Amino acid sequence: MAEKEKSLTMGKLTFRVQRYEPTRDEKTYLQEFVIPFTKGMTVLDGLNYIKEKLDNTLAFRVSCRMGICGSCGMLINNFPCLACHITVEELGKDVIEIKSLPNYGIIKDLVPDLTPLFEKHKSIRPYIVRSDSEEMEEPTAEYTQSPQALEEYLQFSFCVKCGLCLAACPTSATDVLFLGPQSLAQAYRYCADSRDEGMRERTAIVDSGHGVWLCHLAGACSEACPKGVDPALAIQLLKRTVLAQTLRLQKKKEASPIAPPPVEEKPKLPVPEFTAKPS
Amino acid sequence: MNAMEVKKKPLKNYLGIWGWVWAGRYNVERYLYTLQRVTGLGIILYGILHLTINGFRISGEGLWEDTMSLFENPVFAVGEYLVIAAFIIHALNGLRLILQQLGYTLGAPKPPIYPYSHALQRRRPIVLAMGALGAILLLLVLIDFVV
Ligand code: SF4
Ligand code: FES
Repeated sequence: MAEKEKSLTMGKLTFRVQRYEPTRDEKTYLQEFVIPFTKGMTVLDGLNYIKEKLDNTLAFRVSCRMGICGSCGMLINNFPCLACHITVEELGKDVIEIKSLPNYGIIKDLVPDLTPLFEKHKSIRPYIVRSDSEEMEEPTAEYTQSPQALEEYLQFSFCVKCGLCLAACPTSATDVLFLGPQSLAQAYRYCADSRDEGMRERTAIVDSGHGVWLCHLAGACSEACPKGVDPALAIQLLKRTVLAQTLRLQKKKEASPIAPPPVEEKPKLPVPEFTAKPS
Repeated sequence: MNAMEVKKKPLKNYLGIWGWVWAGRYNVERYLYTLQRVTGLGIILYGILHLTINGFRISGEGLWEDTMSLFENPVFAVGEYLVIAAFIIHALNGLRLILQQLGYTLGAPKPPIYPYSHALQRRRPIVLAMGALGAILLLLVLIDFVV
């Protein structure tokens, strides 16, 4: 470890970056860039350095640079990571190989085509579905939910749709149509929501040839997920729910009701002295 | 560059079967996924061979005895041991998979608080216990074969 740190602080890093220019190349190739190491730098910082100083044709996706938008998913030293989330010191190597996320097409250089991810996500109806469609379209109030009911799905709602889990999943590697960990986890996230009544509709989608039963629990998705969503757990819980529903072992749950109107109006707080008064 | 060129289809980048074997630095469950498939296929292959060869009995005692004498070769003893090993691994891991795939032994969802952990990681002792039991069984069978 001490040696690794020493070599990193020597000041130079080699970034081996996958390149692919659709108008020119038939296949991808690796290009090497030597860049300076600075303490605390992320892989994204290195890519930004290359783009600014060495080769402005390098293409990669980035937005928030703080692990929130899910744009910068890449295969870094053979593991799917968010480039802005992983520091060079964490990798502990001074040669870093960066490729486009596998199990997605490559649009250019490090830009994967995430369209299938979003299409699969949309297909499982990722929103609260209610039987009272009128209330759903024109809501009059919010639906109630207890903190305990919230915990049933809260973990799964942190997904940022970065798609790393599909890049890690061995089933997604061989079955292009497999719904994949992201959308299956989201199907469970909504089915487990006490406000939702869309279980039946979602079962029809996930209980299919390319659906939930193709997951054979490799657990790679949960290992790769940068947000601690644990899609593997959500998928296994989804299997249990689907099976219980098919075998009619599950009691029909009542979806949580619309919040009643407040009984009495709270008195308005006085405007504090230092606030500009409405004229 | 014109608009038509930009619309070129994205380059295919699926890992394919290679993604089962090696795709990065993952933990034991991902490799057990592959082992489960390989041992399953091995057992099916053995099943087909077993049925075909047993079918030779219909063609008379001579053919049957001739075929059986072929199997006295030590290569087949190793093969037989591998089949039993595949069966032990497939059965033990299969048991774990049945339970975990129905959501049992995995625990409840946890709010993601850094540093994150996931259910399989928290339940790794189950895999380790299964591995230890498998190793003991494999050793016992090996002793039985050799002695
Ligand atoms: S489950 Fe995790 S890895 Fe998969 S898309 Fe959501 S945040 Fe990314
Ligand atoms: S740039 Fe937003 S997650 Fe990395």
